[in-house]
Amino acid sequence: MAQIFHPSTNTLSRVSIFGILFLLVGGLFVMAEIYRSPYVTKATVVRDQPVQFSHEHHVAGLGIDCRYCHTTVEKSSFAGLPPTETCMSCHSQIWTNAKLLEPVRESYRTGNPIKWTRVHDLPDFVYFNHSIHVAKGIGCESCHGRVDKMPLMSKANTLQMEWCLNCHRNPEKFIRPRDEVFTMGYVPAEDQSVLGPKLVHDYKVNIRQLTNCSICHR
Amino acid sequence: MKRLKSPDAKEANVNVPVIAPGHTFGSITEKISSVVLKRRTSKGWFFGFAIGFSLLMLLLYTITYLVTTGIGIWGNNIPVGWAFDIIDFVWWIGIGHAGTLISAILLLLRQEWRTSINRFAEAMTLMAVLCAGLYPVLHTGRPWLAYWLFPYPNTMGVQPQFRSPLMWDVFAVSTYLTVSFLFWFVGLIPDMGTLRDRSTKRFAKAVYGMLSLGWRGSADHWRRYKIAYLLLAGLSTPLVLSVHTIVSFDFAVSVIPGWHTTIFPPYFVAGAVYSGFAMVLTLSIPIRRIYGLTDFITMRHLNNMAKVMLAMGLVVGYGYAMEAFIAWYSGNKYEWAMAYNRWTGPYAWSYWSLIACNIVIPQLLWIRKIRASTIWLFILSLVINIGMWLERFVIIATSLRRDFLPSSWATYKPSFWDFGMFLGTIGLFLTLLFLFIRFLPVINIFEMRELLHEKEAHEAGGEGHQ
Repeated sequence: MAQIFHPSTNTLSRVSIFGILFLLVGGLFVMAEIYRSPYVTKATVVRDQPVQFSHEHHVAGLGIDCRYCHTTVEKSSFAGLPPTETCMSCHSQIWTNAKLLEPVRESYRTGNPIKWTRVHDLPDFVYFNHSIHVAKGIGCESCHGRVDKMPLMSKANTLQMEWCLNCHRNPEKFIRPRDEVFTMGYVPAEDQSVLGPKLVHDYKVNIRQLTNCSICHR
Repeated sequence: MKRLKSPDAKEANVNVPVIAPGHTFGSITEKISSVVLKRRTSKGWFFGFAIGFSLLMLLLYTITYLVTTGIGIWGNNIPVGWAFDIIDFVWWIGIGHAGTLISAILLLLRQEWRTSINRFAEAMTLMAVLCAGLYPVLHTGRPWLAYWLFPYPNTMGVQPQFRSPLMWDVFAVSTYLTVSFLFWFVGLIPDMGTLRDRSTKRFAKAVYGMLSLGWRGSADHWRRYKIAYLLLAGLSTPLVLSVHTIVSFDFAVSVIPGWHTTIFPPYFVAGAVYSGFAMVLTLSIPIRRIYGLTDFITMRHLNNMAKVMLAMGLVVGYGYAMEAFIAWYSGNKYEWAMAYNRWTGPYAWSYWSLIACNIVIPQLLWIRKIRASTIWLFILSLVINIGMWLERFVIIATSLRRDFLPSSWATYKPSFWDFGMFLGTIGLFLTLLFLFIRFLPVINIFEMRELLHEKEAHEAGGEGHQ
C-alpha cells in the first residue's frame, strides 16, 4: 500500500500538537498584556490639549493648591474644571501676550469654553465620587500620581477595575490623614502598616462595604 | 447446537448472543465500514438529514432573533425566571448520561454487550452536551461574554462566584464535554486506521489518516491504547454521578419549596440514566434496521437496555414518592402547598402525564414480549423521553410560579421562541447524528472483532457444553 503522507508530516504533527498548546497559552498571555498596556489603557500617554498647560509649573513651581482650580473636589462627585475666568485671574496680569495662551484669551473674549481633552474618563456605568474619597483621606496623588511632576497631563494609572479594587480591598495601604490629601510626594509620619488601619478605623471606612457591586455600579 | 437466524420476537426468549452467528473478522469490518465507505448515501439518510438540517436552521433563526432582541422573547419572567432554557438544558445533559454509563461503567464492569452500542451512545453524549450547553450560554443574554464564566486574570480584578452552583455547573459540564470528547475520540483511533486502510479515495485516506494519528496497530500502540482508554474510563466513571448531581444542586441549593430537597442528586442521576437509555433505544432501533446492523445490535442489547430502563424508572418513581412523602412528613406548609399545587393546580396535567409517562406506562417493560418487540420498545422509549422532559417542566415551572409573596405569583406560558429553540436543538442533535452516521463507524469495529475472538476462544474451549 502506498504511503499517504510524506515522512516529514510526523514532525509536522508533533510540532503542531506542541505548538497549539504554546499558541493558546502564549496567545492568552499576550492578550492579557495588551489589555493592560498603555496602548489600550492610555495610562502614561500624553493627550493633545488645546493649551499646553503644565501642572508641573503651576503646582510645583508656583505652589498653587489643587482646589484653586478643581474647586468642587471636596463637595461633588466631579472635581471640576476651571472656567477660563480662573485662568484669567492671573493671566490677565502676567504673560498677557504669550502666544501659548492665545486660546485662553480667545475663550475669554468669545465666552466659548476651552475644549480640553478628558484624560481621566471612567465608563458611564461607574459612579465615581471625588468628595467621598477626599473626605475619607485618599490623596489626589494616590490615583492621579505625581501631578507636580507632569509638564503635560497623562493618566498615572490604568483606571481598570482591578486597579480600583486594589485599594477598595485594602484601603489601609493607601489612606492618609485628611490634611495630607492634597500633598504631593506625601511620606507617612509613622509606618503605614500602623497608621493605615488606625485611619481606616478613625474615618469609619467600612471595608466590607467597599467591594459591594453597588458601591460603584448603581 | 446450530442457531438459526430467528425473528426478533423469538430471539429475546433464548440467550441471544451479542453478535449474530456466522461472522468473521472480515465480515464485521466489511459490514460496519461499508456504511461509511462503500454504500451509496441512501435516500433515507438525505430525508432524515433534511429534517434535522431544517430544524437546525430554525435554531439559527431563533438564536439570531434572540441575540438581536434579548431574552425577553422567551416566556419566562419573574417569578418564573428559569423555564425552557433550564428544562431543556437538564433534559439534554441527562440524555448524555447513558453514553458515559455505557462506555465507562459497563466497560469497567466488563459487560460485553456494551461493545456494539458504546460508540454511538458516546457520540450521542457529546451531541447532547453541545445542545445543552447552548441554553445557559444564550440565557446570559450576551453570549459573546460567556467567557466571563471562567476564572481568568481579567482587568476587572474579580472572579466568578464560586459559591454559586451555576458556577459549579460550568466546570461540571465543560469537564464532561472534554472527557467525553477524549473518550470518544481515543476509542475511534483504531477504527480510523481501519477506515484509512480501506478507503479508496485519496481525500478520504488523507482525512482518516490524519484522524488516526498515525495508528499502525503495532503491539506497542495497542498497549498504550488500552492504558489510555482505561484511564479515560476511570475518569468518566465519577462524571456519570457528578455531572447531574451538580446540575441538581442548581435547584437543591436554593430555598425554593419543591427544590430544596436532599434527594435531588440521586434522583436526578437516576432520571438522567433513565432518559439516556431511552434515547439510546430511540436512536438504535431505527439505525440497526436501516443500516442492517441487526447482527451486531441484537435483541440482547435492546432487552438489556430495557431492563436498565425499568430499574432506573423504579428509582425515579421512588424519588417522586419521597418528594410527596417529605412534603407531607416535614410539616412545612410551604412545601406541602407546593406539592398540593403540583397535583391540583393549573399544571396538574403536566404532573399526572409525567407520572403516566415515567412510572405507569414503563411498567409494561416487565413483560418479556414487550421487551422483545422493537416497535414497543421504540414507543416506550419515546414516552419516557417525553416523561423526563415533563419531569423537569414540573420541577421548574410549578415550583417557581408561586413566590413567597402572593403579590408576585404568576403563571408561566412558553412563547413560540421557547419551542423554536427546543426544536432547534433537536435539529442540531439530528444533524450532528446524521453526519456522524455517514462519516464515522457507528459501531466499534475492533472491539467487535475482539469480542468475536473471545467468543470463538470460549466456544473452542467448552465444546462439550454446547
